[in-house]
Amino acid sequence: MGDHSHGPAKGLSRWLFTTNHKDIGTMYLWFSFAMFILGGAFAMIIRAELFQPGMQLVEPGFFNQMTTLHGLVMVFGAIMPSFVGLANWMIPMMIGAPDMALPRMNNWSFWILPPGFLMLASTLFMEGGAPAFGWTFYAPLSTTYAAPSVTFFIFAIHALGISSIMGSINIIATVMNMRAPGMTYMKMPLFVWTWLITAFLLVAVMPVLAGAVTMMLMDIHFGTSFFSAAGGGDPVLFQHIFWFFGHPEVYIIILPAFGVVSQIIPAFSRKPLFGYASMVYATAAIAFLSFIVWAHHMYTVGMPVAGELFFMYATMLIAVPTGVKVFNWVTTMWQGALSFETPMLFSIGFLVLFTIGGFTGLMLSIAPADFQYHDTYFVVAHFHYVMVAGAVFSMTAAVYYWLPKWTGKMYNESMGKIHFWISFVGFNIAFFPQHFVGLAGMPRRIPDYALQFADFNMMSSIGAFIYGASQILFLYNVVATIVGGKTVSDEKVWDGAEGLEWTVATPAPYHTFEVPPKIDPAHAHS
Amino acid sequence: MSFKKIVQAVASATLALASNFTAAQENQLNMARGVTELGSEIYDLHMLILWICVVIGLVVFGVMFYSIIFHRKSKGYKPANFHESTKVEIAWTVVPFLILIGMAVPATSTLLEVYNSDDAEIDILVTGYQWKWKYEYLDEDGENISFFSNLSTPQSEIYNTQEKNPNYLLEVDEPVVIPVNTKVRFLLTANDVIHSWWMPELGVKKDAIPGFINEAWTIVPQEGVYRGQCTELCGAYHGFMPVVVHAVSQAEYDEWLSAKRADAEAQVAMASMDLSLDDLMSKGESIYSGQCVACHGANGEGGVGKPIAGSAIVLGDLTKHLGVTTKGVPGTAMQAFGSQLSDVDIAAVVTYQRNAFGNNTGDIVQPSDVVSYKNG
Repeated sequence: MGDHSHGPAKGLSRWLFTTNHKDIGTMYLWFSFAMFILGGAFAMIIRAELFQPGMQLVEPGFFNQMTTLHGLVMVFGAIMPSFVGLANWMIPMMIGAPDMALPRMNNWSFWILPPGFLMLASTLFMEGGAPAFGWTFYAPLSTTYAAPSVTFFIFAIHALGISSIMGSINIIATVMNMRAPGMTYMKMPLFVWTWLITAFLLVAVMPVLAGAVTMMLMDIHFGTSFFSAAGGGDPVLFQHIFWFFGHPEVYIIILPAFGVVSQIIPAFSRKPLFGYASMVYATAAIAFLSFIVWAHHMYTVGMPVAGELFFMYATMLIAVPTGVKVFNWVTTMWQGALSFETPMLFSIGFLVLFTIGGFTGLMLSIAPADFQYHDTYFVVAHFHYVMVAGAVFSMTAAVYYWLPKWTGKMYNESMGKIHFWISFVGFNIAFFPQHFVGLAGMPRRIPDYALQFADFNMMSSIGAFIYGASQILFLYNVVATIVGGKTVSDEKVWDGAEGLEWTVATPAPYHTFEVPPKIDPAHAHS
Repeated sequence: MSFKKIVQAVASATLALASNFTAAQENQLNMARGVTELGSEIYDLHMLILWICVVIGLVVFGVMFYSIIFHRKSKGYKPANFHESTKVEIAWTVVPFLILIGMAVPATSTLLEVYNSDDAEIDILVTGYQWKWKYEYLDEDGENISFFSNLSTPQSEIYNTQEKNPNYLLEVDEPVVIPVNTKVRFLLTANDVIHSWWMPELGVKKDAIPGFINEAWTIVPQEGVYRGQCTELCGAYHGFMPVVVHAVSQAEYDEWLSAKRADAEAQVAMASMDLSLDDLMSKGESIYSGQCVACHGANGEGGVGKPIAGSAIVLGDLTKHLGVTTKGVPGTAMQAFGSQLSDVDIAAVVTYQRNAFGNNTGDIVQPSDVVSYKNG
């Protein structure tokens, strides 16, 4: 270590002014967990109202505010920042870099987030209430017919967008320029690969979202008619723009999750990742396809049949690279020496449930069948299988996997396993019955429903409460680990783990790789 | 529990579920086959893809759980070290692709059929409003008939003060009536925000978008009442705008149509008559409970909308009251009812509001008052 190395500043200024990738990563992770709890609280209100038919707790308008904020907070506040936090912590340590390439911008891209979400949450207390038009905010419900708070929503989206764009530019710059000598692209851990591709997706589509909300702003305040048919505009145009952002966005959320499980499954299978190169190509293929499938969210808007066919075929194609990934993970496990610590349990949970979500995704891609599925609870079940059991499970696995390296303390393994099983069971009780009610005819985003859906909705609510409660156990376990966990000092916490992050001291020092590590040219990727 | 017992338990649970599949009522697990040819084709497609997914899933999860059970470190299993195989990787790229082609063929032919709305015998213009549907039967001679279809579930059931009836939230005051075995084309649009018209058992879902006219069609082979809902979030009462279709015999349909025409003529005649306070009040009450109650409350106490009881507008100048009722209040949920209700209906509901909920103004508003207000 050089003489110039120094520890963190003292007190609040450490966090306000830090340019250290680990500090910033930590802030991202805690912030996203706070948002996860907030978004979860909104979900609990939704499930409580849907516990029984009839209106009990909230009014229909407020219910819509809850569904809207739940979606926005979970997507933009919980899942995306959590993976950015993970990228901040892990990418420099995985590629042998001392820090991110643009550390000051890194600080800024985090500190834009809290005010952005404060602005979004403050709409709850405004006259007319918070946005109530769904996280997809279709015009003209979100323009002409929206509450005045929509303007604050627009600026909140701008803030989050700027933060995301800066974060991804930083990741691209870091991965392209800061790799240790000998760390070639095809030696990078898969988590770095999936994030590099994700970062390109973000840079490409966040400006499109910014454009969409700016057009809304114009329609609302400056008399334009981009999305108003009465003024010569086009409400369907909004959906095309939104989903041109929105579909890649789905992969922005899931690709880093793919990266995480691609690190964890080999570690606990004690066997190298199967088909590393095909994993990289499959990720790139999924990213490319994500740009040409957006209108599968819009099969019922009345597109010409040729367009409908194009988007159907393109969407079905995504099953091929996604299948490759699933087969590779399963083959990695095949003839491994498996053990089932908490990170592995969550990764296997991911693998099983994400695959189910992939299957329902394939079903949804079939346009004529989608006429029956579209905007029903079948869709809600589908995207919670990929968002929660996909992204959130893998994020949870990541926390358990790297927590000992971050803190130098071991979490309580039994409590971790209990957390997994309660989460797994609760999640499935919550979301599996939603397939049934969706197929049986229950539309999504309704505060009250016909009587034949009552039993499954009650079941779903109970499962949601169980899943929600299990997160308190998670929080407790993490805090207890930090405060008083058993000290670990082995550099390699897990015997099967591979990669540069396991070559630094435990806990990871404030500065790592100030001198680039030596990469063995014969050694394959980690 | 032994492995055999687990298998037995799973098998009996599956059977129990399967018997529910055919029951298709309470706790329905699967898509309804539907009554139309198109609906049943979509259902078959859905089941085909579902079973393909189930089979692939069994193989993938089978391999995975074999590893989980037998390739354990705790059993002393020694890990292999292979990490690629070009042959296997090509195989599991090509085989899924071929399976997809197998799915795409029937999907394409069904989709083409969904889009074929040619040669319809009846055209119905369906317009989505916040939060009701308007149906207009287009007639070649220009004698269109039109009406609004509102949720008829009372607020007392929604707010749990009265037991819910079996068709809770799936019932309307006036359903769409169509004849069986006739190709009916729906032309869909919307007046305010985007709605979506869904009839699960007919296999029809299409968005109703302001400024656009979308097409959908059906041939219903079986008489009956079919129920669906709006499926595009359209504001606070999105969950409260059901779709109900009555499929009837051609003879019944003709009868219904001529009754509707006669009714429309009677409305025109009534517009020039002077009605009694009692008539206006009873008509007004029924309109209030269909159109106004969701926002203004069963006792005029307000909610999403302003209170009616003791309202300055209702107790004050009639012109202003008529203005709000017919033109709505821009930027709020208060709609322009002038284009949705007949002059008689507006006269009745305004009279009702001015005399109910303790607003005892004693005012009588006649249809002619509404006409002269509208004419300035």
